[in-house]
Amino acid sequence: MNHLPLIIKREYLTKVKNKSFIVMTFLSPMIFIALIALVAYLSQLNNDKIHIISVLDESGLVSDGLKSSDKIKYEKLSNLSLEEAKALAKKTKSYGLLHIKTWDSFNDLSNKVNFYSEESPSFAIFSELENQIESKLTNLNLEEKAIDVDVIKDSKITIDIIQENFEGLQTSKTDGIAKLIFGGATGYLLFMFIIIYGNMIMRSVIEEKTSRIIEVIISSVKPVQLMLGKIIGTSLAGITQFVIWVILGGVLMTVVSLVLGINLFDSSTPQQELMTIASEGKGVDFYFESFKSILRSLPLINLVIAFILYFIGGYLLYSSLYAAIGAAVDNETDTQQFVMPILMPLILAVYVGIFTVIEDPHGTVSTVFSFIPFTSPVVMLMRIPFGVPLWEQLLGFLLLIATFMFTVWFAAKIYRVGILMYGKKPSYKELIKWIKY
Amino acid sequence: MNNLLEVKAVSKHFGTYKALNRVSITVPQGSIFGLLGPNGAGKTTLIRVINQITMPDEGQVFLGGEALKNRHITDIGYLPEERGLYKSMKVGEQALYLAQLKGLSKSEAKIRLRYWFERLEIGDWWNKKIQELSKGMAQKIQFVVTVLHQPKLLIFDEPFSGFDPINANLIKEEILRLRDEGATVIFSTHRMESVEELCDDIALINKSNKILEGKLLDVKRQFKSNTYEVGLKTNNRGLLQNHLAEKFEVTQANFKTLGDELKLNIKIPNGESPNMLLEYLVGLGEVSHFVELIPSVNDIFIQTIKNNT
Repeated sequence: MNHLPLIIKREYLTKVKNKSFIVMTFLSPMIFIALIALVAYLSQLNNDKIHIISVLDESGLVSDGLKSSDKIKYEKLSNLSLEEAKALAKKTKSYGLLHIKTWDSFNDLSNKVNFYSEESPSFAIFSELENQIESKLTNLNLEEKAIDVDVIKDSKITIDIIQENFEGLQTSKTDGIAKLIFGGATGYLLFMFIIIYGNMIMRSVIEEKTSRIIEVIISSVKPVQLMLGKIIGTSLAGITQFVIWVILGGVLMTVVSLVLGINLFDSSTPQQELMTIASEGKGVDFYFESFKSILRSLPLINLVIAFILYFIGGYLLYSSLYAAIGAAVDNETDTQQFVMPILMPLILAVYVGIFTVIEDPHGTVSTVFSFIPFTSPVVMLMRIPFGVPLWEQLLGFLLLIATFMFTVWFAAKIYRVGILMYGKKPSYKELIKWIKY
Repeated sequence: MNNLLEVKAVSKHFGTYKALNRVSITVPQGSIFGLLGPNGAGKTTLIRVINQITMPDEGQVFLGGEALKNRHITDIGYLPEERGLYKSMKVGEQALYLAQLKGLSKSEAKIRLRYWFERLEIGDWWNKKIQELSKGMAQKIQFVVTVLHQPKLLIFDEPFSGFDPINANLIKEEILRLRDEGATVIFSTHRMESVEELCDDIALINKSNKILEGKLLDVKRQFKSNTYEVGLKTNNRGLLQNHLAEKFEVTQANFKTLGDELKLNIKIPNGESPNMLLEYLVGLGEVSHFVELIPSVNDIFIQTIKNNT
């Protein structure tokens, strides 16, 4: 008799009706958005502050090269000793004192430039200072060596390499970054999903054990059915939560940015920043154009199908293991030693994905890891935007399914024995023994 | 009489540990069958084999003459010793869910649940959560869920634990009524007085082996020792006792009477009639008490287990 739909329905409804689930579903996007808004707001506050930097230039050559910006204003001091200048800077509460000594030769500039301040200066300001001084000194150096600065400027050449694959499809730098982000996001999403809802499955198995209802249930249904029902029901609840998060998050983001006048979409998403770097300020049209070209360059249909298949495969693979852990232990505190070995390959997958796929999406390491079933869902999803041959995708998927069937069999064995075992924390050795029961 | 359940030479190992060693039992249709044994003897494993929770290594189980199959799950109602309910689920929802798992349709399950809830006077619990109920209340719901799908075979493991005497009695009455309506009951407990009261047949399992099985009365007959409790009014106790000891095995007895008579357990030789003893006693004094000593299930249990070790 097939009780699977009944079990799925119960698991889903109890999860969804659970008070803490409801609270989490509606509260977390609000908290999340509130945090983003707060950060955006605070960083804008910070940005508005003008830092005044006193400059004591003994050489008299550098200070006119320092250009004030909206963040930094330079105040030149003259005819003061270093000690007097320090005292003055302290009194006027300027951000710091830049001290430039005279020098004899451009080869001996170490220790000639110093910065004094109450607290350590921010990285942004420091690198801004260094940049400005460096370019001024470079110009001075060029002049001294009788090289025309304008000639050097004129002869500077910038180039944009046009990327095109052998089939004649044009891509660009922006596309590459977008692909990275797309792959990274899907891989990371899967990772989060497994951890959150895997744990939920584990807890629900433990609950059945501690409330001692399990023997009543499995006198009516096969343990495997119960396990699968739990996994599917919990996943559906998870998807529901995710969808609500995305919709609610989107709506809230829009509302908050309208109300507070803060552009949340622009201020903190790394996509946008990378796009800006890539486009180097080519205007609004460029955004639209590059968006279209990204859509064109991503293998969209392939991506969607692969996403669904690998997501389901990877999720089921891990969640069956979580269910087995839940069955093997009596309470949540005992789960740690078993959860670690599951998390390891998952974390490995994310790191391998991030570091090697950026380096070379079709290199040996990333290719191999996109076949290994415990890492393939994450790594393959990260690789696919860069174009993975169909046979590789299929092979990876077949390996994943084969392993999934094995883990479900394995988990079902542990589950079948474990749910009826009370009172002692099993060792790995005992778990192996259970498989033979 | 037909046998509803036949367990034939079932063995089960857990690793190197043998939980059941070629155990066979036969449960007649319409009887209450007591499954007895000390803790850890293998009773629960046997019950789990019958419920298809555990698969036996060897041997077979037949229900109504057929080898046990998946669909027989609906023919069995099982109340495990380790039992509980979903704590945060409402009573009604939960009972409906469990009934549907046993193959009842939702509407049918509802009708039957209403009937049972009314019968046990728990109708107003429908919308309560289990965590709001006392242990005894939850046990009642568990009992209802076990019998709701009208299974041919009911298996109760310690059904009375957690009940007060009134509710225990109520449940006992219900079990007897279900038996009278045609259900067969397997009853596992350590409470010997309820075995005495309820069971038609018993089996005793010790250390993974079945060591005794049969009709309760037959077993008792088998264990009786032809011993009689005798109360005798006499003036000369010492003399009388010596006199008796020459002819029979005599021990001091302990039972309650109103007078101050001599109380003895007297065993008569096999093949002799109790009338012989009675005639003999009448000649010695006034007989105030003469009862055959019937071994209790408790005695049988303890004696058998002791002899077996």
